[in-house]
Amino acid sequence: MYKEICNKYAPTKDNLIYILHDIQDTHPQHYISEEAVEVVSEYLKVPANHIFGVLTFYSMYSTKPRGTNIIRLCESPPCYIKGSDNILRKLKTMLSVNVGETTKDGAFTLELAACLGVCGNAPVMMVNDDVYGDLTEEKIEEIIGKIRGGN
Amino acid sequence: MAKTVNVWLDGHHVEVPDTMTIIEAADKYGVHIPRLCYHPDLPPTANCGVCVVEVSGNPTPKRACCTPVAEGMKITTNSNKLRSYRKTLTEMILSHHDVKCPTCSANNKCELQSLANNLGVNPDALPNIMPNTPIDDSSLSIVRDVTKCIACGRCVTVCNEVQTVYALTFSDRGIHAHIDTAFSNGIANSPCVNCGQCTVYCPTGALRERNDLDGVWEAILDPTKHVVVQEAPAIRVSLAEEFGMELGTVTAKKMYAALRKIGFDAIMDTNFTADLTILEEGTECVTKLKSGSKRPLITSCSPGWIKFMETYYPDLADCVSTAKSPMSMFGVLAKTYYTQEHGLDPANIVSVAIMPCTAKKFEAARPELRDSGYQDTDFVLTTREFIRMIKEAGIDFKEIKEEDADEGMSFYTGAGTIFGATGGVMEAAIRSAYTLVTGEELEAIDIMAVRGLKGVKEATIPVPGFGDLRVVVAHGLSNARIVMDKIREGLATTGESPWHFVEIMACPGGCVGGGGQPYGNNMAMRARRGEGLYKEDRNLPIRKSHHNPEVTRIYERFLGSPNSPLAVKLLHTHYFERSVNTGQIIKEATHKHH
Ligand code: SF4
Ligand code: SF4
Ligand code: SF4
Ligand code: FES
Repeated sequence: MYKEICNKYAPTKDNLIYILHDIQDTHPQHYISEEAVEVVSEYLKVPANHIFGVLTFYSMYSTKPRGTNIIRLCESPPCYIKGSDNILRKLKTMLSVNVGETTKDGAFTLELAACLGVCGNAPVMMVNDDVYGDLTEEKIEEIIGKIRGGN
Repeated sequence: MAKTVNVWLDGHHVEVPDTMTIIEAADKYGVHIPRLCYHPDLPPTANCGVCVVEVSGNPTPKRACCTPVAEGMKITTNSNKLRSYRKTLTEMILSHHDVKCPTCSANNKCELQSLANNLGVNPDALPNIMPNTPIDDSSLSIVRDVTKCIACGRCVTVCNEVQTVYALTFSDRGIHAHIDTAFSNGIANSPCVNCGQCTVYCPTGALRERNDLDGVWEAILDPTKHVVVQEAPAIRVSLAEEFGMELGTVTAKKMYAALRKIGFDAIMDTNFTADLTILEEGTECVTKLKSGSKRPLITSCSPGWIKFMETYYPDLADCVSTAKSPMSMFGVLAKTYYTQEHGLDPANIVSVAIMPCTAKKFEAARPELRDSGYQDTDFVLTTREFIRMIKEAGIDFKEIKEEDADEGMSFYTGAGTIFGATGGVMEAAIRSAYTLVTGEELEAIDIMAVRGLKGVKEATIPVPGFGDLRVVVAHGLSNARIVMDKIREGLATTGESPWHFVEIMACPGGCVGGGGQPYGNNMAMRARRGEGLYKEDRNLPIRKSHHNPEVTRIYERFLGSPNSPLAVKLLHTHYFERSVNTGQIIKEATHKHH
């Protein structure tokens, strides 16, 4: 299946990040496995160590399996001033995970992100493609509950 | 064309080519700019920021290692502002560093240690927030300790650009940036070929060889064991510099004396089996030439090169000489010929090799190298480990009285000794192959075209009765790639290799530049050590391997003739194909002939 994704792109090095995106987006666990890297490495003739370097350089890529829903809490100063550390604590206890980890049921992965560009509504987080602003601990319970219920 | 520009270094006017960086210009004129990541042999990574200088017309300091000089530039290398900047940077590095210098393998050789010392840094200026990353000791050759890493990036440049092995990479970024192998699988599960070049260029103790000293001491101190030692050609020119003598001095006889004092039971020499290799490999080459084969013969003594070939060029494995390396030939003979001659039980022999090389540790452990019925070579120590051993034994190496090696597998010719420099195996082989083909002696035996540090060296030698013998020498694996790609292309297009005989060494400069050599092993030092070997060659009474009387003797008393069935059984080997991702064996690439 990784080979099929590769085949959609010309085998040039510039396509590396697009191919990696595609692989991550189509994977049910939103990550790029070692096996995937080996296929891309062979396709683009780019050594695996180099691809690993790229994967770990950009925070948007993951080399570990992730949950169905990805929570990315903004860790930039404006959000911090508005109490993002309390929100982080709330998320950690509610989901029983640390940053970078996935809940046991595979439903959520908790990550931190650089500025999400909506500082006016700090503290802010994204769950998948949706932005949630003006967060409070109550709002967190509500949002997580809703996503859990909806699944 | 480079233009000459006028530059003022701390007020002194100098003229330098405009292709130079500020740090190169300063080094040329003896002005020392503190630095950490820059190394003169490597392209700058510009990662550390320690080399900052003030440049006229620029409000902020510039990094001297990556800023080119320009006409009229006024450079200040020392000011209070720069000093405080450098200090802070060094303090930040020390804040996530496991500072335990007295027990660190890099102690006294460490560039971070000396920088911190020179700058008068306060080690406790910042709280220590060292990440607790485990040591990667998965490899038989290389140990990686991220807690000593300053993320200078030299190893990444060396592994990817100089050696094109692609084992090491930067991982993460910013303050979390560190060196890793793909998917953190560890060196042993990467394409690493164990060349050790990363360990000689690492400015700190973050990359080093696996330490095998304990096992060797144990064997020496065990009265039931008979410990036989061999030393590679390059060792005899790499000790002097560490003991206050001139770089590149040949100290073979002091080396033997030190080994005897340490307690080894039999002091032999790898140079003997280097000569033997010439007979085995030379005969193989001549047989191939006479058969009219269009495929080349490629040398096999460098274990970093062999693993590289198995990983990236397994389709050409049949072109690589089946001859074992001189170390492995010695290993197998120590537990067969030597024990037979001396009435010893091979089970009690411990065979130790002192090598300029980290990859030899991997080679010694190869399961196929057990043709004596035992592991042929029990322990490999690098030059650095051997130096520690000399110091641990309290030997005053500079003053120790010269002694001879023990008789037998220690006698060597000038051809054997030049194995330690790039081009040396080729030169030694030509000196003997000429005779094997023509029955005559080659007169002009100094083959200058294959000497020196040029990355790829070609030569054509007219051989009566054969024609022009085309040879090529490459050292450093990026150069090996150039040669191998041309061979692959030649075979695919015209069906013919551009060369008959090919020498490849994994390390730039050959073994004198090996990954187990003393720290600070730069190209200029490698050249000096190489010159030391050529000088020894000139001064030795016999300079051709086929005139080594002990080689003649071993064929008469034991092996029969070169490439005889017994010689093939004991002295030749076969190769594998390996994964480019994990370095693990996929399948056999060639078969062992019995
Ligand atoms: S790497 Fe250098 S500074 Fe660090 S502990 Fe070793 S000798 Fe000391
Ligand atoms: S030993 Fe050689 S191949 Fe292995 S990581 Fe170091 S430089 Fe790369
Ligand atoms: S391991 Fe050594 S050479 Fe590599 S980045 Fe760290 S300090 Fe530099
Ligand atoms: S020496 Fe110039 S940035 Fe490190």
